Amino acid sequence: MKDWMGKSKAIFLLGSLALILAGCGQENLSALIPKGYGAETSMDLIILSTIIMTFVFIVVILVFVIVLSRFRKKKGQENYIPKQVEGSKTLETVWTVIPIVLVIILAVPTVTATFDLADETGSEDGLNIEVTGNQYWWHFNYEGQEIQTSQDMYIPVGEKVHLNMMASDVIHSFWVPALSGKMDANPENENSMYIEAHEEGVYWGKCAELCGPSHSLMDFKVIAVSPEEFDQWVEDMQNVDPEAEPEDAVAQDGKAAFEENSCMGCHAIGSSPAQVGPNLTSFGDRSKIAGILEPTKENLVDWLMDPESIKPGNQMTGNYDITEEEANSIAEYLMQLQPSEITPESAGD
Amino acid sequence: MSIAATQKRGFGAVLWDYLTTVDHKKIGILYLIGGGFFFLLGGLEALFIRIQLLVPENDFISAGLYNEMFTMHGTTMIFLAVMPLLLGLMNYIMPLQIGARDVAFPFLNSLGFWLFLFGGLLLNCSWFLGGAPDAGWTAYTPLSLQSPGHGIDFYVMGLQLSGAGTLIGGINFLVTIVTMRAPGMTYMRMPLFTWTTFVTSVLILFAFPALTVNLFLLMFDRMFGSAFFDVALGGNTVIWQHLFWIFGHPEVYILILPAFGVFSEVFPTFSKKRLFGYTAMVFATILIAFLGFMVWAHHMFTVGLGPVANSIFAIATMAIAVPTGIKIFNWLATMWGGSITINSSMLWALAFIPTFTIGGMTGVMLASAVADYQYHDTYFVVAHFHYVMVGGTVFGIFAALHYWWPKMFGRILHEGMGKFTFWTFFIGFHLTFFIQHFLGLMGMPRRYWVFLEDQGLDTGNLVSSIGAFLMAIAVIVFLINIIYTAAKGTKAPADPWDGRALEWAISSPPPYYNFKQTPLVRGLDPLWIEKMEGKGKVTPAEPVDDIHMPNSSFVPFIMTFGFFVASFGFIYQVDHSAWLIAVYVGMGIALGAMAYRSLKDDHGHHVTKEELEREAD
Ligand code: HEM
Ligand SMILES: [Cu+2]
Repeated sequence: MKDWMGKSKAIFLLGSLALILAGCGQENLSALIPKGYGAETSMDLIILSTIIMTFVFIVVILVFVIVLSRFRKKKGQENYIPKQVEGSKTLETVWTVIPIVLVIILAVPTVTATFDLADETGSEDGLNIEVTGNQYWWHFNYEGQEIQTSQDMYIPVGEKVHLNMMASDVIHSFWVPALSGKMDANPENENSMYIEAHEEGVYWGKCAELCGPSHSLMDFKVIAVSPEEFDQWVEDMQNVDPEAEPEDAVAQDGKAAFEENSCMGCHAIGSSPAQVGPNLTSFGDRSKIAGILEPTKENLVDWLMDPESIKPGNQMTGNYDITEEEANSIAEYLMQLQPSEITPESAGD
Repeated sequence: MSIAATQKRGFGAVLWDYLTTVDHKKIGILYLIGGGFFFLLGGLEALFIRIQLLVPENDFISAGLYNEMFTMHGTTMIFLAVMPLLLGLMNYIMPLQIGARDVAFPFLNSLGFWLFLFGGLLLNCSWFLGGAPDAGWTAYTPLSLQSPGHGIDFYVMGLQLSGAGTLIGGINFLVTIVTMRAPGMTYMRMPLFTWTTFVTSVLILFAFPALTVNLFLLMFDRMFGSAFFDVALGGNTVIWQHLFWIFGHPEVYILILPAFGVFSEVFPTFSKKRLFGYTAMVFATILIAFLGFMVWAHHMFTVGLGPVANSIFAIATMAIAVPTGIKIFNWLATMWGGSITINSSMLWALAFIPTFTIGGMTGVMLASAVADYQYHDTYFVVAHFHYVMVGGTVFGIFAALHYWWPKMFGRILHEGMGKFTFWTFFIGFHLTFFIQHFLGLMGMPRRYWVFLEDQGLDTGNLVSSIGAFLMAIAVIVFLINIIYTAAKGTKAPADPWDGRALEWAISSPPPYYNFKQTPLVRGLDPLWIEKMEGKGKVTPAEPVDDIHMPNSSFVPFIMTFGFFVASFGFIYQVDHSAWLIAVYVGMGIALGAMAYRSLKDDHGHHVTKEELEREAD
């Protein structure tokens, strides 16, 4: 079964490649180029169902074309009355039974896969990450490890990573198409799923449940690195000293301004869980600012001066008051928060 | 009042006539006008959405306005455009098909229409009063609770009004079909369009109360401080989703079944063959309706209901493919061996087959829960439901309009323009929506205001937007066609298509009492039977005699107006309690109108035998 699936997958991929100009989309974003366990399981079912359905479609079209070519009213037939056929038990049985068989062929692997992906064995001793969806950013708490990150989630390749999800405000949906299907983060109950990446890479994640004006900007990254690199990263993150003074004067000013302007009221550096805003511990290592902007200092200053123009409806707007100069030094400070050698580049970004 | 006298009247008189009418045919036309108006509005909103998504990171409209656009587009299309257009067709055609002179409750019929119209207008008032609803047509809590301003309040009150109208309409159709069929019209002789009207009405009867309840809960949460959906106070937000889809899933069958009915009329007529497998078609319709109630949670595969629930709902959903497949093949078999005429009406019906098949196929694909973890809330779903709702229902409405236009307005729509509309729309449609299947799988979630550059989504979105413009052109040509036909169209005979059902047995347009003598039905396709026996006319079941008709009434309009006023009161009393006055005044008007209606006897009037004989033939 698996082998056959593998071959058909190749054919399907080639087919859809030819079908659309853009191929299957971008490698680290597309569900059509699965790079993880959940996405592969989904892909197998997508292929199986596509094959069955294409078969049905071809049959329908075949009959349709025959009907249209053979039974058009011809010249001189104006008064021709075709035989009024009531129906046919045999024919109707045929097109009742065949769909039932096709549905069963699809239903069995569907149910198997549904239970497979809901399997939670190993979650006690495995890596557990508590995922919180917020308007419009994601928080990741590595349970039992005293590590908090936001927007970027590091995971080791080839390992089942258990995600326990909640939302802090409205419903969000956690989706990393290349790795796995989506799961909603609800405000009232914890949902769990696991992801497993087969290859190193920086995978794009999206929020898939409408959550307000900046819903379409609620991007995040899952960074899959080798297990050794991951261990290194964990160690680096655990050794962060939130109080550490930056080296140059501008950044020192920035740190002071950061603390004075109650930025800390919402954000955190280090392992204390930030409540209102993202944890900024490894901000300088992030692949994007606010999930979407290139990580340049200018972009960061723009964000600090007017977050509303970048993410409408976000919770940061209007909660502080800084000058352009302060923004500049804060940006300098934040860009220097680079606690680890393990960055998105380590995963090939 | 004879027909001759009704024809030459001023604009004011015609307007008054339509404001007070209880004639199912005029109400049908009102529904078509109302639904058509909202269809244009919803289409305009779709165009704005597609312009915004023409290129990556576009800033044509703002994020907040974009959310209002797709919320209003979805809400308008479903509740205010497509459903009313279908109700209009049912209203006009169904009583004719069963040989009735009107619906069972003409007064309620008019009330239903005005409720729909005022509900729709109320909803759209929000554009001018501080912002439209912005939480999607599904209005999931807690987003819809948290949404600032009054947009969602307009959603709640607007849908509550128009939903009540729909419910009234559904009940009315049910009673009409049960009690008012002409002699000999047994259930198993009813035309398929009447059957689907019947089954759709049953769906309305059971589905809409779930919506009503849900809207009330949201109304109390937003306007009166209750906490059904407030998690902080022990509420539950997923309940909204359950109730919404317990209504919402049957709702999509409410939209598609009447279209199935239309195709079941169009295929036989233009193939000159009776419908293949009539009995199977009836039972397939009933089965689809039944299963339609059993599968609501397939919209919630990613909510976290667990593998057991997901599996059950996955299989139940796949099961719907079976009766639907039966229908597709029976339509094909109807044409097989026939003598097929291809005109504008038939073109829409023919195009429906491959298009809807694709929509049905992607439906089965979505039913596979684990695959849906990828499709859910992406453009794949957007593509799927447009294949079903446009490729199924809108194609059906176009087929029906071309088919019944001569009956309703006495003139035949222009063929050339009809064909142009069809081809432009058809090509535009597939251009817009086919590629969206891939966009979704390539990582584009739905309800996205912008998509980012360099994610491989540019080409697909561009193509999709171009297609939307083609559809817009098609609709404009269709409007021109309507105007042209009204001015210069060819006059239609009573039976322009060599039809089979009873509506073709009377003049085009029909007299206001429909049938001078109630027809006697001797089998399926009653008119066809008579024609085959060389009579060309249906046998009457009664001698010519006085006909009892209901009187026109302005009360439904007043009653609805009262509710409309009260709605503003409910919405704004949150800001200032003085607005409670509007609640009392509005409810006063409505209750007063009800009391007036209850206390005043209205026995209707009679069309006398003499008058009928004078107008004969
Ligand atoms: C024919 C021209 C139409 C076009 C070009 C069009 C286009 C669109 C687009 C671009 C979206 C937004 C997708 C998103 O971001 O989620 C959308 C959503 C939607 N459309 Fe259409 N549409 C059309 C007709 C219809 C019709 C006839 C119906 C209903 C019978 C309909 C029902 C919906 C619904 C329910 C939504 C979802 C709204 C929401 O997410 O809240 N559309 N449409
Ligand atoms: Cu979101």
